[in-house]
Amino acid sequence: MLEQLTHHLPALQTVIPLIAAPLCMLFGSRHIAWTITLIASLATFVISCVLLAQVIDGSVISYHLGGWEPPLGIEYRIDAFNAFVLLIVSGIGALIPFYAPASIKSEIPKSLHSYFYTAYLLCLTGLLGVTVTGDAFNVFVFLEVSSLSTYALVAMGAKKDPRALTSAFNYLVMGTIGATFFVLGLGLLYILTGTLNMVDLADKILLLEDNRTLNVAFAFILVGLGLKIAMFPMHLWLPNAYAYAPSAVTAFLAATATKVAIYTLLRFLFTVFSFDYPFEVQTLEWVVLPLAIMAMFAASIVAIFQTNLKRLLAYSSIAQVGYMLLGVTFLSKTGVTATIIHLFNHAVTKGGLFMAVGALVLRYGSPNIEDLRGAGRQMPWTMAAFVAGGLSLIGVPLTAGFISKWYLISAAFEANHWVPAILIVASSLLAVIYVWRVVEAAYLQEPANPTRQIKEAPPMMLISTWVLIGASFYFGIDASFTTHAASAGADMLLGSVDNSAHIILEPSHSLIPHVTPHGQE
Amino acid sequence: MPLTHETAIALALIIPFAGMILIGLSDRNSIVRDIISVLTSLLLFSVTFWLLREVEAGAVPELILFDVMPGLSMAFKIEPLGMLFGVVASGLWIVTALYAIGYMRGNKEAHQTRFYMCFALAISASMGIAFASNMFTLFIFYEVLTLSTYPLVAHKQNADAKKGARTYLSILIGTSIGFQLLAIIWTWVATGTLDFVHGGILSGHLDDSFAPVLLALYAFGIGKAALMPFHRWLPAAMVAPTPVSALLHAVAVVKAGVFTMLKVGVYIFGIDYLSLTGASDWLMWLAAASILIASIVAMTKDNLKARLAYSTVSQLSYITLAMALASSLGVMGGAMHIPMHAMGKITLFMCAGAIYVATHKTNISQMRGLGRTMPFTYAAFLIGSLSIIGLPPFGGAWSKWYILLAAADTGQLIMIGVLMVSSLLNVAYLLPVVAQGFFLPNPDDLSEPAAKGSISTRIKEAPLLVVLPPCLTAIGCFLLFFYAQEIYNLLAPVAFGPETATAVLGGSPS
Repeated sequence: MLEQLTHHLPALQTVIPLIAAPLCMLFGSRHIAWTITLIASLATFVISCVLLAQVIDGSVISYHLGGWEPPLGIEYRIDAFNAFVLLIVSGIGALIPFYAPASIKSEIPKSLHSYFYTAYLLCLTGLLGVTVTGDAFNVFVFLEVSSLSTYALVAMGAKKDPRALTSAFNYLVMGTIGATFFVLGLGLLYILTGTLNMVDLADKILLLEDNRTLNVAFAFILVGLGLKIAMFPMHLWLPNAYAYAPSAVTAFLAATATKVAIYTLLRFLFTVFSFDYPFEVQTLEWVVLPLAIMAMFAASIVAIFQTNLKRLLAYSSIAQVGYMLLGVTFLSKTGVTATIIHLFNHAVTKGGLFMAVGALVLRYGSPNIEDLRGAGRQMPWTMAAFVAGGLSLIGVPLTAGFISKWYLISAAFEANHWVPAILIVASSLLAVIYVWRVVEAAYLQEPANPTRQIKEAPPMMLISTWVLIGASFYFGIDASFTTHAASAGADMLLGSVDNSAHIILEPSHSLIPHVTPHGQE
Repeated sequence: MPLTHETAIALALIIPFAGMILIGLSDRNSIVRDIISVLTSLLLFSVTFWLLREVEAGAVPELILFDVMPGLSMAFKIEPLGMLFGVVASGLWIVTALYAIGYMRGNKEAHQTRFYMCFALAISASMGIAFASNMFTLFIFYEVLTLSTYPLVAHKQNADAKKGARTYLSILIGTSIGFQLLAIIWTWVATGTLDFVHGGILSGHLDDSFAPVLLALYAFGIGKAALMPFHRWLPAAMVAPTPVSALLHAVAVVKAGVFTMLKVGVYIFGIDYLSLTGASDWLMWLAAASILIASIVAMTKDNLKARLAYSTVSQLSYITLAMALASSLGVMGGAMHIPMHAMGKITLFMCAGAIYVATHKTNISQMRGLGRTMPFTYAAFLIGSLSIIGLPPFGGAWSKWYILLAAADTGQLIMIGVLMVSSLLNVAYLLPVVAQGFFLPNPDDLSEPAAKGSISTRIKEAPLLVVLPPCLTAIGCFLLFFYAQEIYNLLAPVAFGPETATAVLGGSPS
């Protein structure tokens, strides 16, 4: 029985939260909904740990959904790279049930709590599904599952601030445009190749000569995903969505949603297309590289002038997306490794930061830096977590952010890109400014309202915040896991065409997936 | 259980850290807290002193903690230069710990527990810098030192302190991330290692024409060395309570800067590579300019601590200059200047603090005649000044002597001139303070002629714990003159190379 179960782990990864979601709604009680959410998200976390352990050595799990052979059937395909992303998503996802109850109590009407959990689980399903699938159209489906539930989640912030509704609507419009572009690109690819399986697509695209339709498809996919990533200048939906969504939602989205979108982009850049495809190389060098650098600066500078702490961090996220895209444009293994490492490190750091801010908002009732003066003394643990996360954002040694910067700058030097190397450090200095504005307000200024008694955050919120902040330190001190996993992922991505050609896919009527060790032929 | 090298290094890092935690736990009981602070410093010094004996006997204590990234480890290895810095910082911590108690209580400062905690953490970071075996480890502790001293600078939490602390943090973090990190990663990409190796690691891995550029990234990246134009943070840091200025901004932090500079010169570039490529020529001129300009600025400052701060900027550039001369004698002189200047400058700062505690005066123009009411403080100030100026029989004479020798040796006659002029400028900005104190009448006394009593009734010194430490360090300045031989022997392998060390050992500094 257990044997049977482990064979179906890739499918269970998405099926468990997908089944749990309607259950939450059917039972209607927020306590039961919470319990179901907790169990489902912990289960996905355990599954992703097991999956990563299986593929970290470079092997690939190919699971055929319903026993239908790819390329016609939908294939779930897990390698070192997406197993790592699964771990990020499900890891953050597993913390949210601990964090959310205390936080949403003041932000969402009680009657909506079970809907919140439903939407949250659907969002988790979508994000995990995007990551786990090896079918391009399936990516679109899951992307929409996660996006649609996200719109609902953002709109739930309306009790506290009605602007959440307009933000959610704005996000809905932008997100749908992105999804449309993406699916148009997929349609063109399908016309050209007649397949939607990513590995199969890669093989068929290699055979195509220089082809304008292919270029158009690539452009559509890049723009579509660019919107979901919040790639500068397509980021306009993000600050408001993050600022007005309930705190737990913001923490979850900031840590996972854009990360999964970046994962998808990397999949398309390297698994479906590749560096052999000249149009992609040109686009990366002449379009994405400048946009990434502009994001690093423009968004950081805007962040400096924000008065709302959530918006400040949201703009910081846009800048950080710039770093991740920059890594890719160096067209090297170190560069891609840097991107993957930063994907992980930034998810952990930003998740922790938004959780800390959520705790501050809960107690102070406002995310404005003005109102948070003196928080250093009134909520010492929460504020300490914020400072620690801020240090990681800046990239101070012994934090995860430092490891990211180290790899990114190394990659720049290796590629002889001197100017980007200098710009990377210059933009980290902008992070010093926006983080320190908050630190000064919290520690060096007198409280806005000294007579008001402010309690420390609820223990569960504090613990989940510190789990992430602690992780951002742990992975800064001992980066062997992240660097190992990221470089395995980068190997997998850059060598993906080679590997995929050699994987033996046996008939799978038994529904049993096949684990093929790397390099075995 | 016999003490092994590994545990001793670990202890040197852990003791101040543990002290910090204990200090934090004893927040309620200020007497216990202060005793812990002093005990920690004594304990740390005994460990570093034991290590010093081992290093003098030729041992190379090592401790490898863990790999942060493949090929980059957090590791420690004590060579003579680091040993010297470690002993200086931990030794002077004892006096400063005593002094801090008197000063903080005498001034009734707030947030004393936070103050002592950050202080202990800063010392822990200094030990990490001193004993680091590669540039990566050094950089980590370098940043820890910056961050742990930030709350000390912002201690008073008023507008001035906030502004000073902002300058402090932005310049130190800005230069270290903006330049030094780039330089380190560049070195890493070029050579594949960051270990400190005598003779350098860059030779053969770096295009010679890039050597000056890389050196510039290091030299400006090491903001703690206060090389102009990145020196503004040091005067800004003077808003901190005086014990901080004394130990951290005259000894630990700034010496960590010049120490890193020497490390880069000797162990990353290598003296031979520097002199071969001429990479450090421009640095020599900049350091010389920094020496003179800072001295002249110091003369214009009426605030005593600001004057001392600019004097520090100038003196630090002596060490940068010595390194940039790219000769063995220069390294010897520069390294020797670390303890010599530290002992002198800490004396001066502690005296300035004593005057502040006793009279709440900060400006030199208000201090006329104070020498007669505070004779011990002023005597200590005089001795410290003479050592900084470089007059025998005080320690400062030796380091200046070796830097002069190095300048002569490399044929840099202009540099000899610079050093001479600078000594005169030292006289011009330090001795008037003492002269005013002893020879000019105190304006307050004139209004009250009845105050002329016997000498003992006129003496109004600061509390004992504030006056005793500068007197001790003043005696230290004197003793260093006679113990220079020991320092010379310790440093010989660094300056002249491990092989030739034994041959030159006979050459005495006298």
